[in-house]
Amino acid sequence: MVAIPLVVDLVFIWGPALATIVLSFTDATGAAPIHWVGTKNYHTLAEVDPSFWPAVRHNAIWLGVFILIATPLGMLFAVLLDRGLQGSRIYQSVIFLPVMLSLALIGIIWQVIYTTNGGLLNTLLGHGDGGGVDFLGDPSINLWAVLVEATWRQAGYVMILYLSGLKAVDLALKESAALDGANGWQTFRYVVFPVLRPVNVVILVVTVIESLRAFDLVYITNQGGIGLQLISAMITQQITGPGNRIGYGSALGVVLLLISLVPIVAFLVQQFRKEDES
Amino acid sequence: MTPRRSIISEVFLILVAALWILPVLWSVYLAFRPLEETNKYGYVSWPRSLTLQNFRDAWTQGSVLHYFVNSLWITIPAVVLTLLLSSALAFVIARLRYRWTLPLLLVFTAGNLLPQQVFLAPLFKIYNSVGLPTWLADSGKLYDSTFGLVVINVAFQLGFCVFVLANFMKTVPASIQEAAIVDGAGIWTQYWRITLPLCRPALAAMATLLTIWIYNDFFWALALISTGDKYPITTALNDLKGQYAVDNNLLAAGALIVAAPTLVVYLVLQRHFIAGLTLGSTKE
Repeated sequence: MVAIPLVVDLVFIWGPALATIVLSFTDATGAAPIHWVGTKNYHTLAEVDPSFWPAVRHNAIWLGVFILIATPLGMLFAVLLDRGLQGSRIYQSVIFLPVMLSLALIGIIWQVIYTTNGGLLNTLLGHGDGGGVDFLGDPSINLWAVLVEATWRQAGYVMILYLSGLKAVDLALKESAALDGANGWQTFRYVVFPVLRPVNVVILVVTVIESLRAFDLVYITNQGGIGLQLISAMITQQITGPGNRIGYGSALGVVLLLISLVPIVAFLVQQFRKEDES
Repeated sequence: MTPRRSIISEVFLILVAALWILPVLWSVYLAFRPLEETNKYGYVSWPRSLTLQNFRDAWTQGSVLHYFVNSLWITIPAVVLTLLLSSALAFVIARLRYRWTLPLLLVFTAGNLLPQQVFLAPLFKIYNSVGLPTWLADSGKLYDSTFGLVVINVAFQLGFCVFVLANFMKTVPASIQEAAIVDGAGIWTQYWRITLPLCRPALAAMATLLTIWIYNDFFWALALISTGDKYPITTALNDLKGQYAVDNNLLAAGALIVAAPTLVVYLVLQRHFIAGLTLGSTKE
């Protein structure tokens, strides 16, 4: 029973992750024999495929919005909730609700808000009788519309992680800071925030990983089509699409693998350090 | 904190909470309104009558029950298997403090952090080439089978579970186990009769978390199932969205039906879910 999880993990997760690298140098498809093609796939994605650079840019924007908006927002909610104001539990439950819904469902819930003909948002903007803004279709804005949905969920996720960290901070620490004359912001900036370093690393890792994993929302909205191309969606289309372009999909997979190794290594270093201390 | 600042915080939180619940309430509102009425007066209008018809239509038109059953057949076996396998490995990692247990643990955790698409290509090949007896999968292979879907969900969730459970088991005093050994308990008894019952809070948290995560999974079925009939409900949403066409009332009703199991867990087991999420991030 101990061997099974090890084997399963190697056969279905790490083995394939490494095999992706090998396959990326081939022209593998669903059936035909496999040939080595050298770095051709990488040339194709960098110089030929019109979706690749938009996808990279969208992933970068996704990450930017998560780091600059969703994560600070979640932290702010956590800090305010940690003060134990009246009704904190209710606010916390409400903000946390989207975290439990599937992303596919979130996409649908927002669709009835964004819809062009008489949707809530278009009506509020004064287009109630039609001719409204096509929030999810217009490629110049649909990424931002979907990012609102993503932030709606991500902020609650960060809030819960951060709140648990805040709760673990020794109350005596805050009290002594207050006795020394520190105000609320100083206490947070110089006492609480440094103590929360491990939680901060976890949140940073979660933020980066979640923005690389972004997939469901764009897929349910327009299959990762125009305006919403992401690396993850491109891989899925190449591999499971009609051509089963496994070799090319693998090259895209390697790009995603290399990027995701950055947060993963950061997480591992953090965990190793913790083990060393204990 | 001064009273004035605490009032500002309070007001801010109320506004945020109102804004946050709005999308869900909007779906609820739409779902209860008849189509003729919203067609006539627009979606943003005062209700003249409310109806359950949208829920009935969404339920029958979408064969929702069928997809719910599919989800059940994937989620329950996957959760049970994940908990069994991960607790066994976690037990070994936590108890036998060999040099290699830490690297082992980290490899597992790191695997769980990879985006699914990174290893999709070889997985797709494996799934298409591994044959299964037809009593296990009517497609005759891992691809396009419920069994294959259970396997990948287990494989993908194992890492996180092992990590959390191993950390939890390390907090169980070693003296309890030593006493058991003195009393002549074998490895199996130590694991099944002594360690697992002590881990009940962590197991409850993990069970809740895994149930929601696997029920909510959209990607694996999309990538590894080709017969739409076998989709779990979350993946089927993509097709249901097309079937309900441009009828937003029906779409909202369908969305709420699919959300119902999650909302029940949210109301009853939210504490466990949050415990599961945070066990992984703050446990020393």
